[in-house]
Amino acid sequence: MAGFRQLLRNTPEGLYCPPGDFHIDPVRPVPRAIITHGHSDHARSGHGAVLATPQTLAIMAARYGADFAEKSEAASYGQRVTRNAVEVTLMPAGHVLGSAQAVLRWKGMTAVISGDYKRRRDPTCPLFEPVPCNLFVSEATFGLPVFRFPDASDEVAKLLKSVSLFPERTHLVGAYALGKAQRIICLLREAGYQKTLYMHGAMDSMNALYQADGVSLGPLAPATGAAKNALPGEIVIAPPSAIADKWARRFADPIPAFASGWMMVRARARQRHVELPLVVSDHADWDELTETFTELKPEELWITHGSEEALLRWAALNDVSATALEIAGYEDEDE
Amino acid sequence: MKAFARLLDQLAFTPSRNAKLTLLREYLGHAPDPERGWALAALTGALRFDAKPGFIRKAAEARLDPQLFALSYDFVGDLAETVALVWPARPGANREPELPEVVEALRTASRREVPQLLERWLDALDAAGRWALLKLLTGGLRVGVSARLAKQALATLGDVPVGDIEEIWHSQEPPYGDLFAWLEKRSERPSADAPGRFRPVMLAQAIDEATDFARYDAADYAAEWKWDGIRVQAASEAGQRRLYSRTGEDIAAAFPDVMAALTFDGVIDGELLIFNKGHAAPFGDLQQRLNRKAADAKLMARFPAGIRTYDLLMDGAEDLRALPFAERRQRLEAFIAKLGSDRIDLSPLQPFASWDELAALRANPPEGDPQIAEGLMLKRWDSIYEPGRPKGPWFKWKRDPHLIDAVLMYAQRGHGKRSGYYSDYTFGVWREDANGDRSLTPVGKAYFGFTDEELKRLDKFVRDNTIARFGPVRSVRADKDFGLVLEIAFEGLQRSSRHKSGVAMRFPRVNRIRWDKPAREADELPTLERMLD
Ligand SMILES: [Zn+2]
Ligand SMILES: [Zn+2]
Repeated sequence: MAGFRQLLRNTPEGLYCPPGDFHIDPVRPVPRAIITHGHSDHARSGHGAVLATPQTLAIMAARYGADFAEKSEAASYGQRVTRNAVEVTLMPAGHVLGSAQAVLRWKGMTAVISGDYKRRRDPTCPLFEPVPCNLFVSEATFGLPVFRFPDASDEVAKLLKSVSLFPERTHLVGAYALGKAQRIICLLREAGYQKTLYMHGAMDSMNALYQADGVSLGPLAPATGAAKNALPGEIVIAPPSAIADKWARRFADPIPAFASGWMMVRARARQRHVELPLVVSDHADWDELTETFTELKPEELWITHGSEEALLRWAALNDVSATALEIAGYEDEDE
Repeated sequence: MKAFARLLDQLAFTPSRNAKLTLLREYLGHAPDPERGWALAALTGALRFDAKPGFIRKAAEARLDPQLFALSYDFVGDLAETVALVWPARPGANREPELPEVVEALRTASRREVPQLLERWLDALDAAGRWALLKLLTGGLRVGVSARLAKQALATLGDVPVGDIEEIWHSQEPPYGDLFAWLEKRSERPSADAPGRFRPVMLAQAIDEATDFARYDAADYAAEWKWDGIRVQAASEAGQRRLYSRTGEDIAAAFPDVMAALTFDGVIDGELLIFNKGHAAPFGDLQQRLNRKAADAKLMARFPAGIRTYDLLMDGAEDLRALPFAERRQRLEAFIAKLGSDRIDLSPLQPFASWDELAALRANPPEGDPQIAEGLMLKRWDSIYEPGRPKGPWFKWKRDPHLIDAVLMYAQRGHGKRSGYYSDYTFGVWREDANGDRSLTPVGKAYFGFTDEELKRLDKFVRDNTIARFGPVRSVRADKDFGLVLEIAFEGLQRSSRHKSGVAMRFPRVNRIRWDKPAREADELPTLERMLD
């Protein structure tokens, strides 16, 4: 069997597959790219040809305009596509709408590039599908044992409890516009919250995309343009940057909340002046990461973007052969 | 613990005083007694433990690889928070503790017992609960609640002026049962010297056999048997009758028979027991009466409860707590004799001339009730009644733990540092069926008591002798010809319908590994049944 580095290697542009001649989630413009999902650090504009799920292509078009790449090709989950001698399949990653793992098969070897992923149920996208592989490339955003996320429904219950306790105040929930916002909306609906939810303008295009894909979000209305002391007792969803912003002052004595895996750590919540931290993440937590590695038992594990060090230690303790890949260009996910 | 943890969490993130008031009022209005009282005491600083954080870190590093712990601590920056987050939960291992249980256990535990208690609680709690517990333990709640703010919250709860609360505040003690009763219009406003109020109890240290006997003179101490019931304080003052657990929880409702017997004026300290023709019944009988909202006549007739007294705190209106034990004891004897009740008797003193003589008595208690005692209590003749657990005046000297030889049957993978090892052991003893065939029946589970070296050997034994696997559990070969004998120490044994063997152990742990002992010579179930409490 040929070595893994013949199939996949790290370049300044990002992960590159020499026999297939394409990059995966490149951070700079390249001739041919496979994009795992629509978050901006993975999906950038300006590539030659882009291969992604139809949902991811739609997200890119909505964000960057229809000309985000010279050419785009859609591959549904499970559909086999050939690039030179390499067979490429996109499989659900459970991260956000359209998110995929890139499965590369070449010369009897299977490599899986997870992209971002989680193992929990998410009403807005299909569940992560484990694919047996020789090489697994995993994200490590929450790769520390301090990250063991509670049930998302419990966190949403906290939000609703607070809404009933402070009916004269607006609850302002910071949530990433792609994925987190729609998941929070769906979780609120599942918890029986049927009232109109108010949206910052930055949410509109992604909400529309999710709805077009069949995710029902219930009654939504714009929060912008409201008068002073507006929307007491209501829930407003806004990008994380907006909740402590001047924009937030229009609401009635707002309670700033933030839905993110980072809210697990108090100092992070305090830094952002969050009064109601909600630990809801679209990434795998420590247990999900390590359990995935245990389940897949790859011959080789590559760990990228996040806390590689602790996962390398885990791998050493568990006799898993692992390497950290330093891929430039991915920040702390603003997830 | 959940509601308290949630409250602490919210208070810590809430800057606004008004919002804090709302959160406090909401919690105090919904949490049950005595939980909310203890919570209030913890928030206002009336209840502090101030444990040193060092052992908390040690406990965490025993569960998680120290390098992973260090990386985590680096990232989080706060020790208690790091431990709360990284502690590998062991769901189902233990029931999640309630705040009053935690408070009671911490108030009565010795320094040495605290780490073990802590581990059991951390196993059962979620991350928020673990954080609250560790903050409570280390005295660092710091969630921005002043006593003044707490009183304000109480005032809104009861819709009374805050001055009314302040006037009586100093006479109230955690867990503030009377205060809440008044705020909820269930009783009159307690007066500054509320009759029937709870007096914080005095507790004993565990004796250190190695050093204490050399240090203390036997002549300075009185000895009495340590009864296996529950510690209670019974108050009857100005028509107010109360029965408190040792943490001040009012348990009167479950014991109307005892309440009817409080025909005195004063406050007594003693052991709640089931009496069987004047004799103490085993703890199992008392359990039939505990944790009930009420008691019916049938239950009370079958398990009549009473108090075996050992101290007198108030004789009428006279406070005896500043008197030496010798004097209080004389007053108590006269008090109980005058009362002449068949439900309230006297815990007799056990005369002795030397520590050696007392040791012999402890090993071989005299006929009668001392045979089922948990051990002995030692009280300095000159000790005043001092709340808390002062070192020196009172000691408890428990009987040695029970020991049995059992056979290892199943092993389960551990967590943290032990995650690679089979470190949780289910063990069994022999049982004979109707045909005279002997088979092993599981009687308990132990996951500590062995060294790291022993753990490695145990782990190897499990791997080498696995006969079946079910998920994380391995079934280990154990039959009359082959098996590993574990000497198990435990504190007590009770009947249990939930266990196949019909018995449940208290605090089982591996005392010794008997590599030398043939499995067929391990103990039999009837041996265990004779140890039932
Ligand atoms: Zn992402
Ligand atoms: Zn990412």
